[in-house]
Amino acid sequence: MSGSRQYPDEPSGPFPSPPTTVEDREGRSIEIRAPEAFADEALADVVEMYTEFDPTDRAQGIPPTGEERIRNWLETIGEDSVNVVARHDGDAIAHAMLVPDTDDPSAIEHRRDIEWELAIFVLQAYQRAGIGTTLLKNLLGRASDVGIERVWLTVERWNNPAIALYERVGFESTGTESFEQEMAILLAGDGGDGNGESDR
Amino acid sequence: MNVLLGLGGSDESVKTLRRTIDRTREVGDDLTIAVLDKPESKRSQDEMYQQALDALDEGDITDVAVEKLEGDPGSALVNYAEQGEYDQLVIGGGTLSPMGKIQLGPITEFVLLNAPTTVKLVR
Repeated sequence: MSGSRQYPDEPSGPFPSPPTTVEDREGRSIEIRAPEAFADEALADVVEMYTEFDPTDRAQGIPPTGEERIRNWLETIGEDSVNVVARHDGDAIAHAMLVPDTDDPSAIEHRRDIEWELAIFVLQAYQRAGIGTTLLKNLLGRASDVGIERVWLTVERWNNPAIALYERVGFESTGTESFEQEMAILLAGDGGDGNGESDR
Repeated sequence: MNVLLGLGGSDESVKTLRRTIDRTREVGDDLTIAVLDKPESKRSQDEMYQQALDALDEGDITDVAVEKLEGDPGSALVNYAEQGEYDQLVIGGGTLSPMGKIQLGPITEFVLLNAPTTVKLVR
């Protein structure tokens, strides 16, 4: 499937980059960070967040339920993924990630050469407070910083609030549509040769 | 039970073929296989047709009709199902995105929304 999707003609951005601290609409102080490696403490905190996640808000089978399946899922996609985590009082309360769309992540030379799949989850008690929008923008900022240009996602077709959110930041429908709506965004390159230390 | 299996040319279809043959052997269902015309898929219609015959052979199952259906895969399969007396229509149950999201394609959606029979999605 790689390389087959329709992307917008014009790049979106620039987007803010983590780390940042914002106040949400409930007056809570929310800290957004991009862990360098998605392992150890960062991973453990996000696993804990997903064990608290209300399964009625699952989308297309993720996140899985049960700590072991959650850990297994995150470890499987974790190593080569790009992550941002939002915290309140130290606890992870929202997580957004990009996973490379390739059969062989170890063969990635430049992150801009491949497409990245996006997903974002916000704990129920923190939804409708502007955190998702901020986290999404910071993930795209982080993505741009590390040389990613093409990002896509699927969203359930009837999930209008989510589709509206993605459209606001620059995602457009790719035309591939069944029960899921596929959307894509083009990020401006970092202006360098894509081979700097932010690249891999 | 009278079962109609619809096959495209993806890995998902190969898995669905294998599972359905295993199930047919266990319970002694009557099976018909329809191989769909899906030019963009990994295996051609002819390759998939041959793969179905080989799998039936290996499974030692006889009396199975294997047909090639021309035209739009979803509607061709549903039309075929309507012309026979099938209790169940079996198709592949979706692929996983890199993220692990379950994705159902347009053919699956068409079949689910249009088939007059029970539809089984094989995962």
